[in-house]
Amino acid sequence: MTTTLSHSWFMTRRHLRNLARQPWWIAITLVQPIIWLLLFGAVFKATVDIPGFAAASYVDFLTPGIVVMTALFSGGWAGMGVIDDLNRGVIDRFLVSPAQRGALIAGRLIQLAIVSLIQSLIVILLGLLLGARFPGGPLGLLVLVAFSSLLGAAIGALSNGMALLARKEETVIAVSNFILLPLTFLSSAFMQRDLIPGWVQRVARFNPVDWTVQAGREALGTQTDWGFVLARFGWLLCLAVACAWLATRAFRSYQRSV
Amino acid sequence: MQTAHDALAPTVGGGQAAAAIEAQGLVKTYPGGVRALDGLGFAVQAGTVFGLLGPNGAGKTTTVKILTTLSRPDAGRARVAGLDVLRQPDQVRRLIGVVAQHSGVDREATGRENLTLQGLVHGLRGRELRRRVAGLLERFGLAEAADRVVGGYSGGMQRRLDIALGLVHRPQVLFLDEPTTGLDPEVRADLWEEIARLATGEGLTILLTTHYLEEADRLASRLAIVDHGRIVVEGTPDGLKRELRGDAVQVELAEPEPDARVSGALDRLDTVREVTLEGRSLRARSDSGATAVPSVLAALESAGVKVASVTVARPSLDDVYLRYTGRAFGEADEGGQ
Repeated sequence: MTTTLSHSWFMTRRHLRNLARQPWWIAITLVQPIIWLLLFGAVFKATVDIPGFAAASYVDFLTPGIVVMTALFSGGWAGMGVIDDLNRGVIDRFLVSPAQRGALIAGRLIQLAIVSLIQSLIVILLGLLLGARFPGGPLGLLVLVAFSSLLGAAIGALSNGMALLARKEETVIAVSNFILLPLTFLSSAFMQRDLIPGWVQRVARFNPVDWTVQAGREALGTQTDWGFVLARFGWLLCLAVACAWLATRAFRSYQRSV
Repeated sequence: MQTAHDALAPTVGGGQAAAAIEAQGLVKTYPGGVRALDGLGFAVQAGTVFGLLGPNGAGKTTTVKILTTLSRPDAGRARVAGLDVLRQPDQVRRLIGVVAQHSGVDREATGRENLTLQGLVHGLRGRELRRRVAGLLERFGLAEAADRVVGGYSGGMQRRLDIALGLVHRPQVLFLDEPTTGLDPEVRADLWEEIARLATGEGLTILLTTHYLEEADRLASRLAIVDHGRIVVEGTPDGLKRELRGDAVQVELAEPEPDARVSGALDRLDTVREVTLEGRSLRARSDSGATAVPSVLAALESAGVKVASVTVARPSLDDVYLRYTGRAFGEADEGGQ
């Protein structure tokens, strides 16, 4: 166990350090959620005028949605790093060393969570600058950021596992493109729950993106139902653990194919 | 499977010059029905350099992947450093160093960072780790480039870093899978010196795969020729060449279209044998090339055949390869691509 922990930390350091050496990647990663918030905020501005829309301003409503969406997309594309390491022989090198399989995945997920955290803080800061108000205060924001990172890690684990199975950049790109936007729109990220079509509401009930957005908004609201929030946390945690386990198992399939 | 392992057990820990690598009856078929290994087996004595020589696609890399626990065979068994690679992969990984065919360096990290992470994974810490990393950087001529990102290294530097990565934890057995493929001739020569030094210095057992005959000849104390997933022949480089008995005599003819009268002229000589004619090259084997040349030239002259040049060569691994696989080495290599 201590070996897995220390190996996870070595791998996290490696990924963070390598990211820090790519200024363009940093710039795009930080600017993208800002663009989303400004763009979606402007395009869907009139949403507040819909009868029955509860939030005072669309930025209040949208900011948590963009935080979650950013974490989801970072996670969804995480498999590309695995493909890179596979192509470069780095993963093979670690697989024939005492490096723990779990740590090879965990290191990537921790790095992902840290990046999500920074992105979330930037989005929240911008939201506040644009006049968003969050009655739930720091505790509510903490819930939103933590849940989003957990979602990002779960989806990131799936993306890593898929990369190990498919071993092709094209497959990771195709699957990510296919899944990420529908997952975002089959949730209440952009639109109040009771204003989206019934069938979307029903699908959203099984969508981890919706769990995260709902829990985040609940925690940021005036009268938080903590039971509701905790239940979503439980579901997200189970999902993340299951996905991380699957991703670690994917090394076996990979090794059978080489 | 159970009984098979038990049967193998007595050879382990027996004390007497135990084999550092033993492979028996390895079979591996890839999806799509490609049979990469077809009952391959060999043993490597501890502290020696063993060469697996063969064209691309012969099964060398698959063998290395199985012995280094990356891949699993469909049948057969193998031990490395006395440990079963299928049953004790974790222990095996602590004792082996692996330099894969394609570089495994992290191109976004510096040389020092690459080595440090590898050391950490192998359980080295603190000052011991720093000293080991600095020592390896020095030894492989990477000290100056140590803190530069590997993406900017030359091919030869990356390859030296790959080898250093395989050595961080002072392994008992080192696997070098085609270590010099794709490198310039001078860089290759430098690397050969480095590998030769490893072999003599530290009591390390090295399994080297290569498709360069010259490389196997120079570095390996024993070698096996692999073809279509099997060992075709095994021995010392000199022993294999000696078995061919005699020098190769090659005559380049000046005739535009040499015909049967050429080989007919030589068939009557008892100084040469195995006479073959390919285009304008006439090849024969002789117990003593130097004494055979005058009689060959005389025979050709009396048959009215004009000669452009004559060469006499000691048997090479090329000849060994040709003899045991029925193909010239260069041809097989192209066929394997």
